Amino acid sequence: MLDVDKRLGDFTLKASMTLPANGVSALFGVSGSGKTSLLRLIAGLDDPDAGVIRIGTQTLVDSRRGICVPAHRRHLGVVFQEARLFPHYRVRGNLSYGMRPAARARFDSIVELLGIEALLDRFPGTLSGGEARRVAIGRALLTEPRLLLMDEPLTGLDGARKQELMDYIVRLARDIDIPIVYVSHDPDELAAIADYLVLMEHGRVIDHGRLDQLLMRFELTEYLGGFDAVSVVTATIVAHDDDYALTQLSLADGQRLILPIVNEPVGTPLRLRIPARDVALALSPPEHISYRNKLDAVIERVGTLDRRRSAVEVSLRIGSQVLRARLTRKSHDEMGLKEGMPVVALLRSVAFDTRR
Amino acid sequence: MLSEVEWQAIAISLKVAGSAVGWIMLPGVAIAWLLARHEFRGKTLLDSLLHLPLVLPPVVVGYLLLISLGRQGWLGQWLDSLFGITLPFTWQGAAIAGGVMAFPLLVQAVRLSLEAVDPKLEAAASTLGAGRWRVFFTVTLPLTVPGLLTGTVLAFARALSEFGATITFASNIPGQTRTLPLALYTLIQSPGKEAAAARLCVISIVIAMLSLVISQWLSRHARRRLRERDG
Repeated sequence: MLDVDKRLGDFTLKASMTLPANGVSALFGVSGSGKTSLLRLIAGLDDPDAGVIRIGTQTLVDSRRGICVPAHRRHLGVVFQEARLFPHYRVRGNLSYGMRPAARARFDSIVELLGIEALLDRFPGTLSGGEARRVAIGRALLTEPRLLLMDEPLTGLDGARKQELMDYIVRLARDIDIPIVYVSHDPDELAAIADYLVLMEHGRVIDHGRLDQLLMRFELTEYLGGFDAVSVVTATIVAHDDDYALTQLSLADGQRLILPIVNEPVGTPLRLRIPARDVALALSPPEHISYRNKLDAVIERVGTLDRRRSAVEVSLRIGSQVLRARLTRKSHDEMGLKEGMPVVALLRSVAFDTRR
Repeated sequence: MLSEVEWQAIAISLKVAGSAVGWIMLPGVAIAWLLARHEFRGKTLLDSLLHLPLVLPPVVVGYLLLISLGRQGWLGQWLDSLFGITLPFTWQGAAIAGGVMAFPLLVQAVRLSLEAVDPKLEAAASTLGAGRWRVFFTVTLPLTVPGLLTGTVLAFARALSEFGATITFASNIPGQTRTLPLALYTLIQSPGKEAAAARLCVISIVIAMLSLVISQWLSRHARRRLRERDG
């Protein structure tokens, strides 16, 4: 629970919201939108001018009652943009710096989860960017935090390292039972990691809600920037076809999808990310077409984007899930698309993460 | 090889310089930290006051010590009546004089290396549950060690070579406050002691060289360790 005001020079931050007590909540906005400032307020590295911050039943800040718990008593884990490891301690020393006695038993499992066993006796100066950040995440986790705050932990890593660390973070969010507040300006990253999204601009919270729901809101398209074109859908692996190296998935309503082989056992839930521009519509199931993924859907809503007069956005209902498609206004008019009409959605590309 | 008088001068010098560095260590680090990490009213004034011993003639410093800490001085009277401590004309007084002269060198070196410590690391430590003192002793101070070493050696060398303030405040008493520079001065003043003066001169040079070599070795060692850690 959060309700804070903070003035920093001529920039004011005003935020008031309640975040879910589990999963990954992402603060999203361009740089200068106040997301890192908000994170610093939660961490106790800055004090708000006025407001209340609570975690569960514990009050961290209440300006009216004069409460402001200092950073070192908040029991929050913070992973900074730069790893901020202590250069004079080895990796092992860094990890155990804030370790609670109760976390000693989990030392080995956290080290293994983050893949840093081989680094324990090295000094931070000898680590690569990705390794250092994994150590920083482990160091924060071993304090047994009630909440893990992550400030753009992937910034500045190159493609492969970034993907690698992102996989670690996704696995971590799945395996540990600590809520995470994740700051980022990268839509791809958030679509892969976040469950809950807080949109920020000029120090204000524009909207917040479940990621898949916010992504369906046409009027937020502009704020969502790079997000404007993704839907998030969940599906479960039902079969593998080793001959063709394909994996078959089932959506909640039983419809099937085919993906290039996914190295996860049958029954694993996947989170799929489908760009709106990669969804084509047909009025009847087309034949002789190379697209493998065709889904029966019903048009739920048709909207326009203010910025693009040529395009139309369509949200499609597939069972209990929603998919967004973008097409030209010309196609829309020629096909005579209306709300409530059954159509076939053709998916050109699907990206996925192993995330429950 | 060395005469008893020479040994005595060396022993007094080392004792005085060692104590001088010893007593300024704590206030030196504290004031360096204050100057490096805090903004407060009168900071510039404090900074200037600290540097005064570097630019004032040492005799003036010695005289100021004498009128404040001397038996008739306001602080000296108080020390005398409360604790029975007498500073002027004692080796402890010489240590005070040497410490005051060396103080700015220590503070400056420690301050520079404190300023080089990234406050972000301290913030990270606090989010890991470390209170202010733990942050200081486990993060800030260890990262300041190279500067602390340099400052200590500089201050030691300065206290060792101190002459003006010492002779003014602690006088030149054989076996008590006659440090190497004072002994050398005494020999130069007496006719026919040129050979003995030359010997003391050589001893001074050897001690100075030794402390320089040790300081270089220490700082190179400290820097190499940090470099190793930086890959």
